[in-house]
Amino acid sequence: MAPEEIREVIIEILGDIAPDEDLGSLDDAVAFREQLELDSMDFLDIVMELRKRYRVQIPEEEYGQLASMDSTVSYLTPKMAEIAK
Amino acid sequence: MPKDFLKNIQDRYDVVVIGSGLGGLTAANILGRSGRRVLLLEQHYKLGGLATWFKRPGGHIFDISLHGFPYGMVKSCKRYWSSEIADSIVPLEGVRFDNPMFSLTTKYNREDFTALLEQRFGIEPAVIKAFFDTARGMNFYDEQETTTGQLFEKFFPGREDVVRLLMEPITYANGSTLEDPAITYGIVFSNFMSKGVYVFRGGTDHLIKLMQKELVANGVDIAINSPAEKILIENGKVVGIQVGGRTIQTPVVVSNANLRNTLFQLVGEEYLDRNFCDQAQAVRVNNSSTQVYMALGPDETVDRSTGDLLFSSTAARFQTDLLLSRDITSRTFSFYYPDMRPESKARHLIVSSTNARWEDWADLDEEAYEASKQDLVETTLDALEKYLPNCREKIVHAEAATPRTFHHYTQHFHGSSFGTKFEGLEVSRALPQQIPGLYHAGSVGIIMSGWLGTINYGVIVSNDVDNYLMSAGRSTTAASSAS
Repeated sequence: MAPEEIREVIIEILGDIAPDEDLGSLDDAVAFREQLELDSMDFLDIVMELRKRYRVQIPEEEYGQLASMDSTVSYLTPKMAEIAK
Repeated sequence: MPKDFLKNIQDRYDVVVIGSGLGGLTAANILGRSGRRVLLLEQHYKLGGLATWFKRPGGHIFDISLHGFPYGMVKSCKRYWSSEIADSIVPLEGVRFDNPMFSLTTKYNREDFTALLEQRFGIEPAVIKAFFDTARGMNFYDEQETTTGQLFEKFFPGREDVVRLLMEPITYANGSTLEDPAITYGIVFSNFMSKGVYVFRGGTDHLIKLMQKELVANGVDIAINSPAEKILIENGKVVGIQVGGRTIQTPVVVSNANLRNTLFQLVGEEYLDRNFCDQAQAVRVNNSSTQVYMALGPDETVDRSTGDLLFSSTAARFQTDLLLSRDITSRTFSFYYPDMRPESKARHLIVSSTNARWEDWADLDEEAYEASKQDLVETTLDALEKYLPNCREKIVHAEAATPRTFHHYTQHFHGSSFGTKFEGLEVSRALPQQIPGLYHAGSVGIIMSGWLGTINYGVIVSNDVDNYLMSAGRSTTAASSAS
């Protein structure tokens, strides 16, 4: 999966987790929590969804990598390179 | 021959969950839903743990668990259970306080509390805002040195009345006291303040019925009346469980039993390293409770203005030891109106709850125990008289539960009704490092207690379990069919 596709996947997952949020105006460089009403359970849901869909494993000590869209995509790019969308 | 409750149970599972409190139920549901083969064991004859109810002749159905949880339950139920469950959650409007310092009614949310603190208690708006922001910014991994008492002293020095308003409901909700770490207060208080207090319409029986339906749909095998006897460990890892004279193989056990029961009865000290054992021994369990359940006659009513939750006290001051004392001065009354259970011919019910110590009840002989229970009922009726005049004529059924009752039904160490104190969280989280395959999802650390805390902790632990199973090369049926 290319970085662009990973971004699409994250947007899709966020759409399910926070259906009331406008994701069209998301600033990729800024932390999700500064733009969206997300709590720690929401981040856990992103982790669980990625494992369920693509068998990507994210250890707890690396959850911090999911802070913003930019950091999430660069963290996941090597992990998801071989996965087909 | 007695009925075999394990008759349809397989010899091998991906995960065995011990205990069907809300944490165990949720972990079983999430793991079943992700394609794991899950067995759920419950020692009692019904699911739910402390989220439970009982029936009495005359059509009375009493809920045991506390009346009121934060709005976050809607999101958690929708996501980890079903929309049907989430849609049954409704707000409680009338939260009342009545004590020698003040009497008031509130919606119990930030907006209402801000107005109250400013107008009734004369606190500066900037101080109120700073207090709410501080509480809301707290995380469970923050420093633990500051106590809740110190937090209050910083913002509201010398204002025992303000402390009472802010603390009394939380003590009722999770058993925490002024001496516990401030983060345990701040996190729970902020959860409530975001949108107020909610309940489950239809009662606990309806909730558990819906959850059971969901578990079955997700392929979870359930065995009631089946207390786990031993968690089997070989070469330092979980390999199975012993229950009802049978050995069931499993690489993962999620224990929703009390943390101490899990470690010292189901596992056994010999499997734990010395330091961990000491750390676990030092975990303090939270206090227990007493409750008095009262049902009104068929033609009797309680006026709606009485409220839904009433924090009543005759104590001149607000102190932790007074809250736990056998000489009860503080009671929380939950008023249940018939529309709480719209499907049935429900009547008006009242449940009085008080925090209590195990030691005060544990050693009474039968005669003294029965007399103490009767005294509890009588003194509760005396206290209720102020809010429901002639209550003795209106109430047709009244009975008491004590720390011994809670111990009997849940097997919790010392009848604990709020799990462990804060240090229990670290021990609970560290279990899989001690014994690979062993997880705990019970009520720990105050913040993982209550309806919402235990459900969310069940989710956190099932995420760890799924990760462990996948690392061990056990993919789910769902994942293998998708790839």
